[in-house]
Amino acid sequence: MANVFQVRNLKKSFGDKTVLKDISLAVGKGEVVAVIGPSGSGKTTFLRCATMLEDMDSGDLCFGDLCVVNSWTKAMARIKCGLVFQNFNLFPHFSVLQNITDAPIHVQKRDKNEVVETAMKLLKKMGLEDRADAYPCELSGGQQQRVSIARALAMNPEILFFDEPTSALDPELTNEILKVIRSLADEKMTMVIVTHEIDFAAAVADRIIFMADGYIVEEGPARELVANPKNERTRAFLAGLDKSSIF
Amino acid sequence: MFLADITLFQIVKQLSEGLLVSTEIFFLTLIFALPLGLLIAFGRMSKFAPLRWLCIFYISVLRGTPLMLQLLVWYFAPFYLFGIKLSSLAIGNIDYRFTAVIIGFALNYAAYFAEIYRSGIESMPKGQYEAATVLGYTKTQTFFRIIMPQVVKRILPPITNETITLVKDTSLAFSLAVLEMFTIAKEIASAQTTMMPFVIAGLFYYIFNFIVAAFMGWVEKKLNYYR
Repeated sequence: MANVFQVRNLKKSFGDKTVLKDISLAVGKGEVVAVIGPSGSGKTTFLRCATMLEDMDSGDLCFGDLCVVNSWTKAMARIKCGLVFQNFNLFPHFSVLQNITDAPIHVQKRDKNEVVETAMKLLKKMGLEDRADAYPCELSGGQQQRVSIARALAMNPEILFFDEPTSALDPELTNEILKVIRSLADEKMTMVIVTHEIDFAAAVADRIIFMADGYIVEEGPARELVANPKNERTRAFLAGLDKSSIF
Repeated sequence: MFLADITLFQIVKQLSEGLLVSTEIFFLTLIFALPLGLLIAFGRMSKFAPLRWLCIFYISVLRGTPLMLQLLVWYFAPFYLFGIKLSSLAIGNIDYRFTAVIIGFALNYAAYFAEIYRSGIESMPKGQYEAATVLGYTKTQTFFRIIMPQVVKRILPPITNETITLVKDTSLAFSLAVLEMFTIAKEIASAQTTMMPFVIAGLFYYIFNFIVAAFMGWVEKKLNYYR
């Protein structure tokens, strides 16, 4: 299985705080990887390095056979990956349709009619075809997040990253996003998902990465890792999520 | 307030001619100061320290000294610094007095606009830049497609403030004896010993600003289609 995404020996510090100590990960085509771990473990920083929002201190980052070595390859790599933010970050001055079509038209220089057609198909898939002319402020959080997923998909990325895509949503809106991600997984979209929804990760992901203190502490097939964590830290983390111990 | 040798109609007529000049100063200042202010704002936010310090110094001096003084400086500097005869600086039938007024106003207002732009640009959430970066927009595209349209909406109220101040400030052109409305009002008032020209000029300034405020309010409303 060809690797769509590969990172080797990634290190990243902010000032004298080392956030990522040595991260290596390869994601194959069509694979869904969930990244879990306690706050401050470096999950989000890892995602930001992978999507080139942060520069790595050291390490190799490759998308397929394209490795990021300079600003030119970085720009090439950018359009191979998509990122869905925790806070959506839609463009408020653009309508829903413009949010989705603007980058394909002006960045990828694709044909406008083709892009609009693609965008409408995506909106239909997200159940939002009647909201194409609405503005982000008129949508619920769940709808906004679906638009932002459509916006990322419209660029035809080879891999899609999610940064806690449901953390800013009410519980009842969480499910609609998880449903969308599940349907993308069924279509064999390559995805890396940072999430707190362990049950969801276990159900949808092929593989789970458990991060703590800037390392990948444990990784393995999703169900297996959740059911039988081998590492002490993983076990403690998963046990801590068991709310029955509180109430 | 007796109108001995001059009729009300004549006052209004002469002030109207002055108002035309005031309006010219107003629009020319905006045309030059709005883009110039953006450039200075970029310089003010530059990572290149010498440029940043230069812009901070520029803004500090132009905001920190009276506009009237600046007008005198721009008017007399060519002669006192370089010995250039001011009459030789006329462009066609435009006297250098008028040019100096436009230079003075544009450079002064650019300093204020620069800080307004900066406040707007710096108030933009980081997420907007990040979303644009991830989608592959270049820096220029990000600024002009994503950031600037939102900044315009945010800075409209302070820009309206400055624009209204500008209408009233055009009267400072009297210090270079440019025949705008206030200069003419003063002339008539002292020649005819009547306060009437000031009353009418005041009314004209108010109407001018009423229109400016109404227009800016309309633009704000137009941009209210999103939050």
